[in-house]
Amino acid sequence: MKSPTKPQKQTQKLVKHKITGDNLFKIFATIIAASALIILIITGYTLLKGSIPAIQNFGLNFFFGQQWNPVEGREIYGILPYILGTLVTSGIALLIGVPLSLGIAIFLVEMAPRSLRVPVSYIVELLAAVPSVIYGLWGIFVLRGWMVTYVETPLSKYLGWIPIFSGTPQGLDIFAAGVILAIMIIPTIASLSKEVLTAVPNSIREGAYSIGATKWEVIKRWVLSYGKSGIFAAVILGLGRAVGETMAVTMLIGNATGPSAMPHSLFQSGQTMASLIANGFMEATTGSLKLSTYLGVGLTLLIMSLIINVGAHLIMTRVFKVKGGAIE
Amino acid sequence: MVTKYAALAIILITLLSGAFIGVTYSLSSKAVMLNSTGASFPYPLIDKIITEYNKVEPYVQVNYQPSGSGAGITALADKTIFFAGSDAPLSKTEKEKAPNTLHIPETVGSIAIAYNITGVPSGLKLTGQIIADIFEGKITLWNDPVITKINPDIVLPAEAIITVHRSESSGTTFVFTNYLSIESASWKNNVGQSKTVAWPPANDIASNGNTGVAQIITSTPYSIGYVELAYTLQANMTIAAIQNPYGNYVIPTLESTAIAAQSVALEGLPAGDADWSGVNLLNTKDANAYPIVSFSYILVYQELNVIPGMTQERAVALIEFLWYVIHDGQQLANSLHYTQLPDNVVEINAETIKLITFNGQTITTIL
Repeated sequence: MKSPTKPQKQTQKLVKHKITGDNLFKIFATIIAASALIILIITGYTLLKGSIPAIQNFGLNFFFGQQWNPVEGREIYGILPYILGTLVTSGIALLIGVPLSLGIAIFLVEMAPRSLRVPVSYIVELLAAVPSVIYGLWGIFVLRGWMVTYVETPLSKYLGWIPIFSGTPQGLDIFAAGVILAIMIIPTIASLSKEVLTAVPNSIREGAYSIGATKWEVIKRWVLSYGKSGIFAAVILGLGRAVGETMAVTMLIGNATGPSAMPHSLFQSGQTMASLIANGFMEATTGSLKLSTYLGVGLTLLIMSLIINVGAHLIMTRVFKVKGGAIE
Repeated sequence: MVTKYAALAIILITLLSGAFIGVTYSLSSKAVMLNSTGASFPYPLIDKIITEYNKVEPYVQVNYQPSGSGAGITALADKTIFFAGSDAPLSKTEKEKAPNTLHIPETVGSIAIAYNITGVPSGLKLTGQIIADIFEGKITLWNDPVITKINPDIVLPAEAIITVHRSESSGTTFVFTNYLSIESASWKNNVGQSKTVAWPPANDIASNGNTGVAQIITSTPYSIGYVELAYTLQANMTIAAIQNPYGNYVIPTLESTAIAAQSVALEGLPAGDADWSGVNLLNTKDANAYPIVSFSYILVYQELNVIPGMTQERAVALIEFLWYVIHDGQQLANSLHYTQLPDNVVEINAETIKLITFNGQTITTIL
């Protein structure tokens, strides 16, 4: 390419300044790496500091109370309905989303012909890049109608005696929010699971086939088992998205507050912590109890996300390593 | 090679964004920006007035975000905007956070009770007490005897009522709950009046903004909710006739709204710098008036130098714009289904605008 003398010169230079340059780079990299932790600590500290007035005012009732009254002089805030709303909608999302995602991943890796595999993988990954407000918009104008006509009305007609199917189906409810979340986490879980399954060595499959296993048995006993920690990580990432998702949920969940937001039935409007903040943060005046409450909700959401991620990490490193030994 | 292209792309992007910033900077240095936020209730009208005003004064750029009255008042107290829109006058605690604020009624609006009952295209009659009981979850079916009794001509279905209300802090909610507190003792004691309340457990859905509530009512059979009249007329929604204190069932129209505003204006309004927290246009003293009517206010500080970044030039532009809103801007109201301010309210407003000062000096260039 260029004159052979140049690289030599550079090496000489590098050797000359090796200690300072290396150290500088090390310091620089450490600062950048530390900034991630520092940002987390600052966020947590700000939320904790801001939420202290509300927590002091309401005590444990802040976390376990159901009342939500913003009227001046009657102010009382309890956030239990929104904690439960977050858990229930994310749970529905996982219940629907995980089997579908695994189905997509298994199909793409184990069954799809090569000509289909690449374009379909691309499409799945593209779906992960769609902004959540677009899912919300599609949800409110398209999905909602389908849900009411084909899912909720029949369910409430024939299974209405089961408490979770009671109430009037209207499409802006916990069920619709859970379904839109499921759709939103499928691309994340499916594309990551696909990577995990692709990483399973072919020797494992060949070995299994050679002892006479059917395709189903190979997938179930060997491939999924080999990749389970990776799949678990993918599911947790999906759960993380579901717990924190705001826009699409706000548009579809019906935004109830107070005791009526306690999730009793799938066909009632509810509220998650994220949608609660999205709905109300704008009018919370500086220094007000309401602002402190919203910060408290934010803190709870942050802690919940941390628990999910740390817990998942612990499960992965402890349980799977001991049992499977096949860590991706 | 790849790195070469990447470097080229980065240089190109930097240059482009630089040029973009340059262009916006040169534009903004010529234009006077007036930022504001608040009630969504008058937004279609304000938006139209801003567009028309821009033809008269092209160098003034007014920006109004319909974020809700609550958010408007918060922004006013934080002094991040030049004026706020609110359907509710400042409460006592809000007045402490934004002292020396002037109230300028910019338009009059009615809150329509919109409903969506399959098979009932029009003609539903309701009373304030019934509406309160529906939103309190005491009346749960459309064919409740209390409703059928005053609607003998309509066959109402045995379907559950779904109530729709605002999810954010809203002046429309303030006026609506204020009305229900007057009509129902139970509502007053259990819920009260505010820009956002503790909604009683009912079969309810909440949504953001007048458009959000209107959208949900039109798409949800057997629902009922409260929406600013202009939005219901634009969306062709079915609206109920409400009984006023004279026993008449009145449909909200521009006329029945104007009648309410005139009758209150005749009784007398406070000065612009006085306390407006007691002013309402509910259940006014005229047999033909619609009972749920409200002013929508522009809130602005009397002394403009409290706002960071305020200059003489901006203060003048702001006052000229406000003057336009209460005079020429009113001509645009009827075509957008808003009611023009009665003449005596315009006179009070003109006096209020003359009170505005910058660095202690009244701005009299145009007044």
